[in-house]
Amino acid sequence: MSAVRVEGLSGGYRPGQEALRDVSFAAGPGQVVGVLGPNGGGKTTLFRALLGELPVRRGEVTLAGAPAYVPQTERARLDFPVSALDVALMGAYGRTPWYRRLGRRERDAARDALARVGLTAVADETFGALSGGQRQRVLLARALVQDAPVLLLDEPLSGVDGASAAGIERVFGELRDEGRTLLVATHDVHQAASWDLVLCVHGRQVAVGKPRETLTPDVLRETYGAELIVLEGGDAAVGVGHHAH
Amino acid sequence: MLGWLIDPFGGTIMQHALAEVLVLSLACGPLGVWVLLYRDAYAAESMSHGMLPGLVVAALAGAPLLVGAAGGVLVAAAGIALVARDERLGGDVGVAVCVSALFGLGAMLALSPAAPPRLQELLFGDLLGVTTADLLAAGALVVGVGLGLAAWARPLALAAFERASAPSLGARPARCELILLVLLAVTTVAAVQGLGNLLLFALIVAPAAAALRLGRHLRTVLALAAGLAALAGVAGLLVSFHLGIATGASVAMCALVPAFAAMLVPARVRRR
Repeated sequence: MSAVRVEGLSGGYRPGQEALRDVSFAAGPGQVVGVLGPNGGGKTTLFRALLGELPVRRGEVTLAGAPAYVPQTERARLDFPVSALDVALMGAYGRTPWYRRLGRRERDAARDALARVGLTAVADETFGALSGGQRQRVLLARALVQDAPVLLLDEPLSGVDGASAAGIERVFGELRDEGRTLLVATHDVHQAASWDLVLCVHGRQVAVGKPRETLTPDVLRETYGAELIVLEGGDAAVGVGHHAH
Repeated sequence: MLGWLIDPFGGTIMQHALAEVLVLSLACGPLGVWVLLYRDAYAAESMSHGMLPGLVVAALAGAPLLVGAAGGVLVAAAGIALVARDERLGGDVGVAVCVSALFGLGAMLALSPAAPPRLQELLFGDLLGVTTADLLAAGALVVGVGLGLAAWARPLALAAFERASAPSLGARPARCELILLVLLAVTTVAAVQGLGNLLLFALIVAPAAAALRLGRHLRTVLALAAGLAALAGVAGLLVSFHLGIATGASVAMCALVPAFAAMLVPARVRRR
């Protein structure tokens, strides 16, 4: 039983143009999938297809339930008048009708989520006043409140401080133990090598499978093209992303 | 002192003006917060200016201003949408072209010999000329805007805060933008009688700008914006009464005072 099943997916934003093509993979409950690829290679596009926001030309997407999406923190407005707790609470908006107030249950869920990402102390701080890593953890907490079987995380570990990265990875482990499926877009090949599956994309699917078998120099070269630096010593390959934020 | 505050509101004219400005504040303040959060200030200003021809035609035909305003807003919106469809121009140019054209057309009509001498009233409003019927119409529109804002508060917040994940949380950003523009158009139509085509924008944007600087939570900011707008309305009426200056302009000036004062408060946002 797969939590995420994608078969022969191709799609693009404009007619005649395919931002991503020929993607087929499946991930089960409790699996963490690293999505590797260069900037503009289709990682975010794949997520948008899974979220149902990309016009799909061919293929099929099957999900165990509506996915939660954790965007890059740069996408959020810093001058928006919300506290960390308010942002976490947004995870409960989708299941609360507009005429119903957010009650104690939702507040407790939001506080629990902030505690899980280690941010209880800053729950009442303005979101825009937090550090980049803290903001990323708040957005992760929001996804925890959503309580989705599938989580899509867009480069959650790039540009965050060490403490935040450790906190985020610890939560990944917990989510895996809870049987949720995580798709994590990343630039870090080493990190992805420790997860259950890797999916390499570069406009199309280059390879998918267990990291040890999949992350060969050939696959990495095809995935990253000129952006790849292969270090001496076999598997020590590093994808270099130009962080164009 | 108490007399200075209360005496001006002894007559029906000032009571109507007070009721009108308080009713409008309830819509203009909170709506302005969303307008600023969606970076729609330019659209808001344009919409109110672009409806001038509609107002003038209504004045020429002796029709209610509300009808002219509604027609004017529709024509302006359609014109902007039409010009903005040309990819070489885009939204901002579309707005600029349409609004200048419409404002010019409105002024031309208003300055024609056949026009009744009411241009000033159209541009700057006439709070002191508000009738009970005007008040009821404005009240009904404001209730509609208030309900709309309440019903859409969560989707509006999701899409304004962070667009990419809004759909997965239950909000459609494009629809939110459209809803906001519709509510803005309705508010503009409701406020034009009292505050005029040029000045109503001040009551929408200025209290909201101050509230956004001062409040830390959305709920507080929305309430604060409504409160500041109402305060500006009352203060404007008092200033206008005691100094013998135009009411609409006094209200607009009083709305701007907290906005400028709030700029002195340092921002809490961390710069990247």
